[in-house]
Amino acid sequence: MNFKLRVWRQAGPQAKGHFQELEARDVSPDTSFLEMLDILNARMIEEGKEPIAFDSDCREGICGACGVMINGVAHGPLPGTTTCQHHMRHFKDGDTLVVEPWRARAFPVLKDLMVDRSAFDRIIQAGGYITADTGSAPEANAIPVPKAVADQAFESAACIGCGACVAACPNASAMLFVGAKIGHLAALPQGQAERPDRAVDMVRTMDDQGFGNCTNHGECEKACPKEIKMTNIYRMNADFLRASCKLQK
Amino acid sequence: MQLDPKVPGGPIQDKWDNHRFAMKLVNPANRRKYDVIVVGTGLAGASAAATLGEAGYHVQSFCFQDTPRRAHSIAAQGGINAAKNYRNDGDSVWRLFYDTVKGGDYRSREANVYRLAQISVNIIDQCVAQGVPFAREYGGLLANRSFGGAQVSRTFYARGQTGQQLLLGAYQALSRQIHAGTVTMHPRTEMLDVVVVDGRARGIVVRDLVTGKVSSHSAHAVVLATGGYSPVFYLSTNAVGCNVTATWRAHKRGAGFANPCFTQIHPTCIPPAEGGHQSKLTLMSESLRNDGRVWVPKEKGDKRAPGSIPEAERDYYLERRYPAFGNLVPRDVASRAAKERVDAGYGVGGSGVGVYLDFQDAIGRLGKGTIEERYGNLFQMYERITGEDPYRVPMRIYPAPHYTMGGLWVDYNLMSTVPGLFVIGEANFSDHGANRLGASALMQGLADGYFVVPYTLADYLASTRLDPIAADGAEFRGAEEDVRAKVQKLLSVKGKRTAESFHRELGDLMWHAAGMSRNAEGLGKALARVPGLRAEFWENVNVPGSGEDLNQALERAGRVADFLEFAEILVRDALERNESCGGHFREEYQTEDGEARRVDDQYSHASVWEYKGPKMEPALHKEPLEFEHVKPTQRSYK
Repeated sequence: MNFKLRVWRQAGPQAKGHFQELEARDVSPDTSFLEMLDILNARMIEEGKEPIAFDSDCREGICGACGVMINGVAHGPLPGTTTCQHHMRHFKDGDTLVVEPWRARAFPVLKDLMVDRSAFDRIIQAGGYITADTGSAPEANAIPVPKAVADQAFESAACIGCGACVAACPNASAMLFVGAKIGHLAALPQGQAERPDRAVDMVRTMDDQGFGNCTNHGECEKACPKEIKMTNIYRMNADFLRASCKLQK
Repeated sequence: MQLDPKVPGGPIQDKWDNHRFAMKLVNPANRRKYDVIVVGTGLAGASAAATLGEAGYHVQSFCFQDTPRRAHSIAAQGGINAAKNYRNDGDSVWRLFYDTVKGGDYRSREANVYRLAQISVNIIDQCVAQGVPFAREYGGLLANRSFGGAQVSRTFYARGQTGQQLLLGAYQALSRQIHAGTVTMHPRTEMLDVVVVDGRARGIVVRDLVTGKVSSHSAHAVVLATGGYSPVFYLSTNAVGCNVTATWRAHKRGAGFANPCFTQIHPTCIPPAEGGHQSKLTLMSESLRNDGRVWVPKEKGDKRAPGSIPEAERDYYLERRYPAFGNLVPRDVASRAAKERVDAGYGVGGSGVGVYLDFQDAIGRLGKGTIEERYGNLFQMYERITGEDPYRVPMRIYPAPHYTMGGLWVDYNLMSTVPGLFVIGEANFSDHGANRLGASALMQGLADGYFVVPYTLADYLASTRLDPIAADGAEFRGAEEDVRAKVQKLLSVKGKRTAESFHRELGDLMWHAAGMSRNAEGLGKALARVPGLRAEFWENVNVPGSGEDLNQALERAGRVADFLEFAEILVRDALERNESCGGHFREEYQTEDGEARRVDDQYSHASVWEYKGPKMEPALHKEPLEFEHVKPTQRSYK
């Protein structure tokens, strides 16, 4: 298979970026999208050119490191799939692929296709946890959790923190990411004690980091490689409202 | 090099309790005066940094990824073992201990393994309290499943994403400490050296992967939790960033490297595509073997579609050879059995490298819904990668390097041969012997990080006089200069080949000589070839760009350079160990049935290698292993 590529190149956070035209020739359909970039990079190194910088690690769709816009779609055309799990058989021979980094004020570009997503860590640090010092836990079966509740918590907890929701949202909102963590912990009996503070602290930090607000476009849900549901955002809003009134924070 | 395992006295079931009482404590008010460095943020590193932070130490945590949540523990699928005996099926601490020592083929230290089994129950409590959404029964209590090699159901799981959920639990605990100010996090920062002052580990040298800046951090103790070295085979189930650099450089500073030849090949991975440019192999959790049946055609080279091969013409070779355990035999047995069939010409798929894992019977018995509930995400992942639907067509699987039991040698306190340098999780050699049981890696990582190193490190700090130290002393400046010189050397070769091409060549060589099975001739050849490849690397590698900014090609080249050095002791260790045990299968040492044959009278020890210098042969030291409680027998899974 052959492809034309337009890849975003940017030397550093302050540098001005531009698109570079490249060609990928004789690519096997079983090659993954990132392996296609690996092949291009190897060729560029051999030609003495600067290879394309991009994040990736596990390459099996769970670490959340990878993620680029492919023809304007976060992660690429397949629903519920990270960039690393796209294979070239999922594209048409002869396609032109426009490859860009996540674009959001809160995710500054570091180089080429790599962005700084540390704002997500700061949101989790603000309250995305249950306080349970090591050694202080009660017996694991002391508090039964109905299966349906555990399943719901799991669905929210499946978030991989890749940032596609932010990249896909016209407002660069992080509400699906934040809602997923709030939803995960709020579903469980263990998460009740800190539930009000968690919602308020995480939402405030989210705003401070420069993410936009949700206006119900639903692009985040469509882009999410783990198919996290927007109902998490509604639950987050409900928790935030209830907690703001109660805590008067 | 002195190898004192420091195993406490007394009956095995009391050793850890007695030791915890005997160890010294650090007064809570004094803890903030101690700096502790933790490198790596997987299950072991994140849990250790969080727990040490909670205790009040001043912790510096480092990872090369963009955030601590991405460490490769995240990819563990199947589950975590604990001796809770919730199923009332005869499990106990003793049984988990016994199974782990036996599964490790009698090459682990009994006292460590017993402690691991004891602690396993606390880990589940801790994780549930953190909000880890384990699978539950309808009554709301925790669910379990049985897992490769065990006859009891002791594995806790969160669908096929147990590692992810446990790591997020540890990451969240770590995040809480970062917020509280007890832990300072350094993401996108790679450790490139350990600094030893007056014989003790007192800091590390790191490179900021965004700015390229090389700097030093000093501390009272250093904890390495930097994972295993499977990518020495290039293609493995590990993340592409996993590397041996931290442990290898610590080894060059005096830390003994134990049993590097004990590597585990995972039986259920997606086979490599024909002639592709694959960067990794993807694991399918071996929990799939609970419901899937492994088979190949009875006829050699049968190219019919699997659905058109009638039942009578299928060879369910694991069930045939091992009637008692069937598809649940341990990983090494399952892996070699697959290789045996493929080598004999019965392999399936386009490349002929693979065997079927078939769910038709399970779907018929339990319904598609139940199978989807258990393995939905794995089936989806398989379909993405191969373009085939495993609900209709049997999966094709083949073994791939997955986990490394070898690692830096540690004593009972998890301290290496360099005082003040602790090593936890997959990076150490301690608990799995020659072969790790399924669902035991997560258990060990969290046991070391949450429940062992916080105690033993406190004892070290409380019982050792450690003078204040600044990160600009002669030892630090010297180590920094070494790191800068190495970076410059990599950039200045300006040869013709990419670091990746050397890595591929090394991996191919290692997989064939020291992969699933080994023999003296192949190992001897590999030992002769590795130095040549290394020499070519340093004459002909092409690393573009500079060391002053973000340069992924440079990061990669540094890691490949270390693999090229490390590979040699792996081969040397495999050649020296004239027996087969666990994941180390030497073709010369097998029973008539093709099973591993141990040589207990000569090899009942951990082999520990000491670095002697760049042109010198490493020295071999031995820690004898004694088995008081689990008497070595030849494993039989028939």
